[in-house]
Amino acid sequence: MNILQLKDVTLDLGGKRILNHLSLDVREGHIHALIGPNGAGKSTTANVIMGLSGYNDFEGDVLFQGESLRGLSVDQRARRGITLAWQEPARFEGLSVRAFIRAAAKDKSDDKIREALDQVGLEPGKYIDRAVDKTLSGGERKRVELASILAMEPKLVLMDEPDSGIDVEALDRIFQALKIFKQKQATVLAITHSLAVLRQAEHALLLCCGRMVDKGSVDRIAYYFEKKCVPCDHLDPVVRLAEDANVG
Amino acid sequence: MSDSGLLAALYESIGVQPHGLRGQVDVARIEVHHNRVLGVHLVPGLEVDATERENGIEAKILVTEGTLIEKPIQVCFGMIPPDGLQQIVLEVEIEPRARAAIVAHCVFPNARQIRHEMDAMLTIGEGAQYAYLERHIHGADGGVVVVPRSKVQVGEGARYQTDFELIRGRVGEIDIDLEVTGQAHSVSEVTARISGAGDDRVSIRETARLVGQYARGVLTSNIALRDSARAVVYNTLVASAAYARGHVDCKEIVQDNAVAKAVPIVEVNHPKAHVTHEAAIGSVNSKQLETLMSRGLNEDQAVDLIIQGLLGGPSSIAAPESSLREIQV
Ligand SMILES: Nc1ncnc2c1ncn2[C@@H]1O[C@H](COP(=O)(O)OP(=O)(O)OP(=O)(O)O)[C@@H](O)[C@H]1O
Ligand SMILES: [Mg+2]
Repeated sequence: MNILQLKDVTLDLGGKRILNHLSLDVREGHIHALIGPNGAGKSTTANVIMGLSGYNDFEGDVLFQGESLRGLSVDQRARRGITLAWQEPARFEGLSVRAFIRAAAKDKSDDKIREALDQVGLEPGKYIDRAVDKTLSGGERKRVELASILAMEPKLVLMDEPDSGIDVEALDRIFQALKIFKQKQATVLAITHSLAVLRQAEHALLLCCGRMVDKGSVDRIAYYFEKKCVPCDHLDPVVRLAEDANVG
Repeated sequence: MSDSGLLAALYESIGVQPHGLRGQVDVARIEVHHNRVLGVHLVPGLEVDATERENGIEAKILVTEGTLIEKPIQVCFGMIPPDGLQQIVLEVEIEPRARAAIVAHCVFPNARQIRHEMDAMLTIGEGAQYAYLERHIHGADGGVVVVPRSKVQVGEGARYQTDFELIRGRVGEIDIDLEVTGQAHSVSEVTARISGAGDDRVSIRETARLVGQYARGVLTSNIALRDSARAVVYNTLVASAAYARGHVDCKEIVQDNAVAKAVPIVEVNHPKAHVTHEAAIGSVNSKQLETLMSRGLNEDQAVDLIIQGLLGGPSSIAAPESSLREIQV
């Protein structure tokens, strides 16, 4: 079953077409990777699904569990089970890691907060009283954000480049987090530029110039990835694939 | 009211059990109600000389050379009646290489028409460390005018940290004036955290002069305003020696009809000195707001949490068990 569907979504920002008749389906309980070159519209897609301000004036529709999300605020969407991990997480002056995770957590006990930190590889004793501000490194902040999402236990997680700024060791923790989401039957849509993350997914979607260029198995999409499908010149990927094969 | 009754009332407003605190022999205390010194408990290396005046007290607090006072000295200045004037004249001297922290509670829970003035002169000796938290607890109606004036000399290699907190109860009117001069290799960190509502008025005027090589100074003001509260912050940082480094940081979150103004002045008069400033004034940052909303908080809850963080601040000084070792400037 599809937990999320974008139906013919078209969005202009600053007089420019950013999403161009974009349709996509996301299967419940599965991990999806969304890839594509810089500026393809990946973050925009996530922002539209989350309903962030400035991303609500589009044509088409976004359905979650079969119902339109139109007109729902960010927090209403969150309470239905959707959340977003930002490409660059916000900083919160003075707000403790504990308070930040607790705000999201379903079970607000200290044990649960510590468990979530542990799951992303941040030693709870060291981090729980730190502030979610500029004193945390970019990678630490991303992991704290992921911990808050693990504690939230959402149904659909939009992850915008979960691997960016993350070191090799911590990347394993991100993969483990994906497994935890999977175990809990949560659905993941992970935006990435990393083949390693793509390989963790069960389905892959290739976006370019605000359009879905191709979708399917990870192996199939990984082929474009390795061929460095940038820029795609709006060429039909299947034609390109054939051309590549001929040249090769 | 008897002295013990006043003391109990002051501690009740802070939320502390007086006998709990009084039972700790290694925690120094100074308790003042209006112009009465209700109690003084000293620890080795700490000298307090207090004189009662008509409308307040005059006191000298001295920490002798090389003394390390482990637990923060607990000071309480307050007034239980709704009206009155309290004038505190304070001289603080931290002698070279001594280390001490003070947590001062200024308590006016029933204020209707109270004026609290503080005139402080501080000298932090060479290589000494001094941290001061002033936490105000006011009633729900404002009715307090708070006028703290401080002049601080931070000696060579010394560390000075001060943190002014007014987030419980209404501000009323506050007019902070602080001037700090930092010698070579000194560190001065001045923070104010204030929450204003109703018709509260906040004025902050802080100046740091970094006169010695490698002196460092940070002036931070975090303010949240609601209703028709107003705040104005004049922060001045002057660096006039080689490798002196300074930063002015002002964050003001404004809701409803509140008005905030910040005037940072940064001045450098040595080619090898460097100062920066940062000011963010306005509504709550939308990315912060949407992050918390995407975790299920509604807008009001998210705003409250962001403000709580902003005003919650770094006060490691406040924890009763905190020792100087944990106080990082
Ligand atoms: N508010 C906006 N106004 C105008 N253009 C915008 C706005 N937001 C995004 N864009 C443009 O939309 C395009 C898609 O941006 P988006 O952030 O979705 O790309 P992306 O696929 O996430 O890229 P990256 O891999 O670099 O993160 C870009 O060209 C960007 O400049
Ligand atoms: Mg992006």
